[in-house]
Amino acid sequence: MRIAKWLVPTLYIVFLMLPIYWLLSMSFKSTNEILGGFTLWPREFTLANYAEIFTDSVWYNGYVNSIAYVTLNTVISVLAALPAAYAFSRYRFLGDKHLFFWLLTNRMAPPAVFALPFLQLYSAVGLFDTHVAVALAHTLFNIPLAVWILEGFMSSVPKELDETAYVDGYPFWKFFIKIFLPTIAAGIGVACFFCFMFSWVELLLAKTLTAVAAKPIAATMTKTASSSGYELGLLAAAGSLTLVPGAIVIYFVRNYIARGFALGRV
Amino acid sequence: MNKTINNRAWFLVIPVVALVAFNALIPLMTVVNYSVQETFGNNEFFWSGVTWFEQVLRDDRFHGALGRQLFFTGTILLIEVPLGIAIALTMPKKGPWVSVCLVLMALPLLIPWNVVGAMWNIMALPDIGLLGHTLNELGIDYNYTRQPVSAWVTLIAMDVWHWTSLVVLLSYAGLVSIPEAYFQAAKIDGAKSWAVFRYIQLPKMKRVLTIAILLRFMDSFMIYTEPSVLTGGGPGNSTTLLSIDLVKTALGQFDLGPAAATSLVYFLIVLLVSWVFYTLMMRNEES
Repeated sequence: MRIAKWLVPTLYIVFLMLPIYWLLSMSFKSTNEILGGFTLWPREFTLANYAEIFTDSVWYNGYVNSIAYVTLNTVISVLAALPAAYAFSRYRFLGDKHLFFWLLTNRMAPPAVFALPFLQLYSAVGLFDTHVAVALAHTLFNIPLAVWILEGFMSSVPKELDETAYVDGYPFWKFFIKIFLPTIAAGIGVACFFCFMFSWVELLLAKTLTAVAAKPIAATMTKTASSSGYELGLLAAAGSLTLVPGAIVIYFVRNYIARGFALGRV
Repeated sequence: MNKTINNRAWFLVIPVVALVAFNALIPLMTVVNYSVQETFGNNEFFWSGVTWFEQVLRDDRFHGALGRQLFFTGTILLIEVPLGIAIALTMPKKGPWVSVCLVLMALPLLIPWNVVGAMWNIMALPDIGLLGHTLNELGIDYNYTRQPVSAWVTLIAMDVWHWTSLVVLLSYAGLVSIPEAYFQAAKIDGAKSWAVFRYIQLPKMKRVLTIAILLRFMDSFMIYTEPSVLTGGGPGNSTTLLSIDLVKTALGQFDLGPAAATSLVYFLIVLLVSWVFYTLMMRNEES
């Protein structure tokens, strides 16, 4: 029993790390070595794959584009979700429950269903191939999620706080920004993390809504994979680099992550 | 919490409603529009009623994709949920290792989905991939681009790798919220570890587990990028799930009518199941 206590998590983490190790190891191999046969670790250690990514503007612009629309999306989603989550956690109003479920249904909508109509909609309003288009499209599933998480965190703040501030003569907006938001700072952090995460990992809509100017890194990868005869080392290096932003973000929210995944409901 | 009745709260919700309505209603109506019309190109459309729906609901291709989708979702739920609970139960509750475990386990969740597919693709290559090479060295005939069974095993392994952590993190969040006093009481009563699990830990995890199952159901039912990069739906049609089939019809062949009808049927199935889970969850929350 004692052994099982650490054996199970350890084995699981080893299982999680294997594909990541393989990706990293591939990224340091030369194309010759990769196609030459099976090697457990890079024999001819090379940074050429990374050098190519950092010198070719098609590649590094992919990262810039992705970061741009992901950040924009996170800001829009959380800013819009904050007042709405407050309304859901504090008030009862006409159609509140139906509205909440309707919001959630958008988290359930398969992106494949919306890919083509989105393309037409954003072309019609002249936003095709811009960062704004992808950022707005991703609010479809990120706003419901942000509202859900923030509502959970806000509901755990006692209502007496609002009432005391009201009695003390604080106008609503001053109370909301100066007192309420700092109280749920952890929740805002978690909501940002989730918006970042789901916008960062999504590809289908991001790829459909962009062509050249705003093309995300993920789409650059798929095009390279198909056009230049599968340069596995380069692909692996590009893939390894996409792990970096996620790892950084995760490190910052590590203490809240469990609670965040429970959508603030624990 | 008892809430105040105040219809002016609608003003706080307006930005969200406006943004989501723009993104959801217009495209959804576009889909509805296509699903009841016939076109011969040149942007000319004719009313066709429910023909497309009839065609889709009778279509063997749709049945096949739906069947594979249900099999996929069922299998990964059956593996990921028990496995996730088991790992959460054995994780340390405090100390420096908690953060290490959490960060490492959350890592797969933050990898772009096409990279997850590419990663497993590279990993499973029969001749030069770590997994493929090892399996073939062990004498197991494994080639995911040619054998449907290999493709399915790889697909399910990939999803377990990708998403079990979500169940782990949720269950873990539920577990650490149980007060220590419960366990002491159980110890005094001489409860076996199974009884502790069954009567203390599982009930306390019920709420988070419902969320976990709901999220895993929705996301696995929508899965597109990972399998499309890994197998592209092949070999043949053997791993063509609903989304892959839909994208092939809509963006590949540009068959707008059937694609739209499939979309709506697909969306309705997800909605129906999610609604059942959601109602259950809300009932838990109220009691």
